[in-house]
Amino acid sequence: MRRVLVHSLVVCAMATLPAVAGSNDEDPFFGEALFHAYQGQYFEALERLDSELAQHYEVDERTLDSLYAQLGHAEFSVGDFELRYRMHGRAGRAIRAVLEGDIEESVRADAAYRLAQIHFQKGQSKTALEVLNSIEAPADKSLRDDIAFLRANVLLALDQPDDAIKALHPLQDASSLQSFSAYNLAIALLESGDSKGAAIQLDRAGRLRAANREDRAIRDKSNLVLGALLEEAGEYTQARNTLDRIRLSGPFSNQALLRSGWSEVSAEKFDRAVVPWSILSKRDSTDAAVQEAKLALPFAFSKLNVHSRAAVLYENAVSSFGGELQKLDASLDSIKRGEFLEALEREEIRQDKDWVVLLRSLPDSPETFYLISLMASHEFQTGLQNYLDLADMRRRLLRWQLSLDAFEDMIQIRNAYYAPRIPQLDQQFRKLDAQMRVRLEQRRHLEERLTKMLISPAPNLLATSEEHEIESSLDGFISKIARAPKTNETDALHVRVARLRGVLKWRLEMEYHERLTMSHDHLRDLNAHVLALQQQYDSFVRTRQAASHSYLGYDAKISRLREEVGNSLEKVIRLRKQQGNMLEAVASRELRVRRDRLETYQNKARFAFADSYDRASNQRSK
Amino acid sequence: MIRLTAKRSTNRVFRGLRSHQFTSAERSRATLLAGSMITAGALIGMLAGVATAEPAARATSAKSLDEQVQEIKSDVLGIAAELGNLEEKLLYPSNTQIAVFVSLEDGDSVDVSAAQITIDGKLVAHHIYSFKEVEALEKGGVQRIYTGNIPSGAHQLDVVFSGKLRAGKDFESQESFSFNKNVAPKLVGIKLASGAVGGTTIKLEDW
Repeated sequence: MRRVLVHSLVVCAMATLPAVAGSNDEDPFFGEALFHAYQGQYFEALERLDSELAQHYEVDERTLDSLYAQLGHAEFSVGDFELRYRMHGRAGRAIRAVLEGDIEESVRADAAYRLAQIHFQKGQSKTALEVLNSIEAPADKSLRDDIAFLRANVLLALDQPDDAIKALHPLQDASSLQSFSAYNLAIALLESGDSKGAAIQLDRAGRLRAANREDRAIRDKSNLVLGALLEEAGEYTQARNTLDRIRLSGPFSNQALLRSGWSEVSAEKFDRAVVPWSILSKRDSTDAAVQEAKLALPFAFSKLNVHSRAAVLYENAVSSFGGELQKLDASLDSIKRGEFLEALEREEIRQDKDWVVLLRSLPDSPETFYLISLMASHEFQTGLQNYLDLADMRRRLLRWQLSLDAFEDMIQIRNAYYAPRIPQLDQQFRKLDAQMRVRLEQRRHLEERLTKMLISPAPNLLATSEEHEIESSLDGFISKIARAPKTNETDALHVRVARLRGVLKWRLEMEYHERLTMSHDHLRDLNAHVLALQQQYDSFVRTRQAASHSYLGYDAKISRLREEVGNSLEKVIRLRKQQGNMLEAVASRELRVRRDRLETYQNKARFAFADSYDRASNQRSK
Repeated sequence: MIRLTAKRSTNRVFRGLRSHQFTSAERSRATLLAGSMITAGALIGMLAGVATAEPAARATSAKSLDEQVQEIKSDVLGIAAELGNLEEKLLYPSNTQIAVFVSLEDGDSVDVSAAQITIDGKLVAHHIYSFKEVEALEKGGVQRIYTGNIPSGAHQLDVVFSGKLRAGKDFESQESFSFNKNVAPKLVGIKLASGAVGGTTIKLEDW
């Protein structure tokens, strides 16, 4: 039963949260942020998205960045995640910035809706209403309904129930909000003074078909409120019929059973009161309604003149209250010892969505027995969430301190490896670099010459080294012939040399195109080698740079981060202590109230037991 | 006809006892209506049906503490972003960095239970999915399953997914892809979709 109650509470709270904005996965990092957000890991989601947005704004050509197409959604999601991570101040600023930007109308309406929600949650209902009034009706019906629903709530908070009624009327057919809007309409009618209308509306809300747990819980709540109103009005039969509609396993069943019993007592039908109270008195005895039933049940029996039964039940109540008082004392003691806060932080408990219920079932954890009743307090809930967030931040900061140690070790090891090797490598590299530059210059020169030869042919430039030698020899012969006295023989030699030169020239001229093509082919082959060389060169330069970047220039940053982590950790520990003290104070105060009430119950039970015992003895003696 | 004129219980004996729960008709109504207006997000107080009026001073101090908590959250997020960048620079330099992302085809619903990623024959990631993670993937989230370092050049990626199809049938899908790593960080996307013939298909995406 208890389990069902709290599970419903958690589910209800979760189900009413609006969906996380955006679902596009085009940018992997935005998609990654959404992946964390969808799991409720808003810290991780914000960390990823903040980094991605910061990098996007550093990019020169933002239109080419994969985030560009989703920028509006990403900016809006930042505000959304901040809101869910309970950073209302920053969320408000982020959403306002989105509203000022150039975004789609649907995103604008959603953003304005979230902003209004923030104002409403902060108790700034007037501002919330102004923001809601500035929204143009969006095309999406679901969002339109959400806006209207929020408007009605804001109007109720502003004590304008008549306007709230007008806002709620069109929502009565909105499937997702049907039960919420039906119930709130009843409350608005009640606040406007239309008790009759409110009762009719509550009756309607209490009969709605419920598709899920939260709808069923609201239906039960409607019946409970209506039953209470009818009982107060003296309409006991109708009150009982209404209360009978409440599920015996729902979160309001205890209150319904208790009120049902009182309704019968008010109608002086004590025998009928015994039925609901008998069921209730067997339930979890930490619940206030159950405790009251333990006292009310023997009262009904005493009214039926069954004093012996009443005496037994009063005695049982005294014993039960004694047990509960012991639990409360143990809870108060363990709170003093700080065990309450330790229990709240248990990691294995927080992994489960029913963790509040699980806390109660922990052996040797009396400090958690009454946690559910504490969770009813808004102050406690907010404080608890903050405390858990602070505990989470503390764990992160402690882990980061270790990470910084590891980074420093890593940098030191890299430094020890690279520092002695890099100067030698640089020296070798400089030599190779110089050689490479010479060869590349030669290649460039050859390419230029070959390109020129396409326009102005120069066959001599394509002569082989052998042909160059032949040409030199022929030049030598000519010089020698020129120096020798002119005879018939020298004339004949001159003719022969000229013929040979002609043969050489003929070959060079005739083979020019073939040789030029071959030279270009060779240059292309060379290009492939040069490219491979250039790639190897670039790779070396990058690796060399990466080697330096792997250990140089981190000292200042790590030292600054270490200081920031240390300062934040100090602040987190201080705030966590303050928040913890506040939680302990709230818990102790609530538990003392419960204790005082139980003590009074126990005293009443003792006196009533004595009275019933006397009456039973008298009956027996008669 | 429903009559709503307040009428007190006449029972004398239990007036005192009941006062612990409801001191008067007004209180009774107030208790039930307190938190009655159902606002999105904060239902626990309403559902428990308890109204607690706290002193104004306490609320103010709680508020200022809340503001301080918001401030420290902002500071810690800033540190987290810087540490993330530092870690990336130190552990995954851009010229060797590879990140593998997993997502589901839009609107697809595949109950993935495990994924295994192998690069060049070396198992680099083996992930067992939680219920929350599967839900997050179905809603369009993208999971970064692996970040590591590989040299530039051609590489082989082998992916194995196992789980259950919507029809309840077990599946195990595997696919091999080849990809090239250059000097920029390599982002590889693996998209899982339920196939037309009752199986699953794995696609490779490149960002």
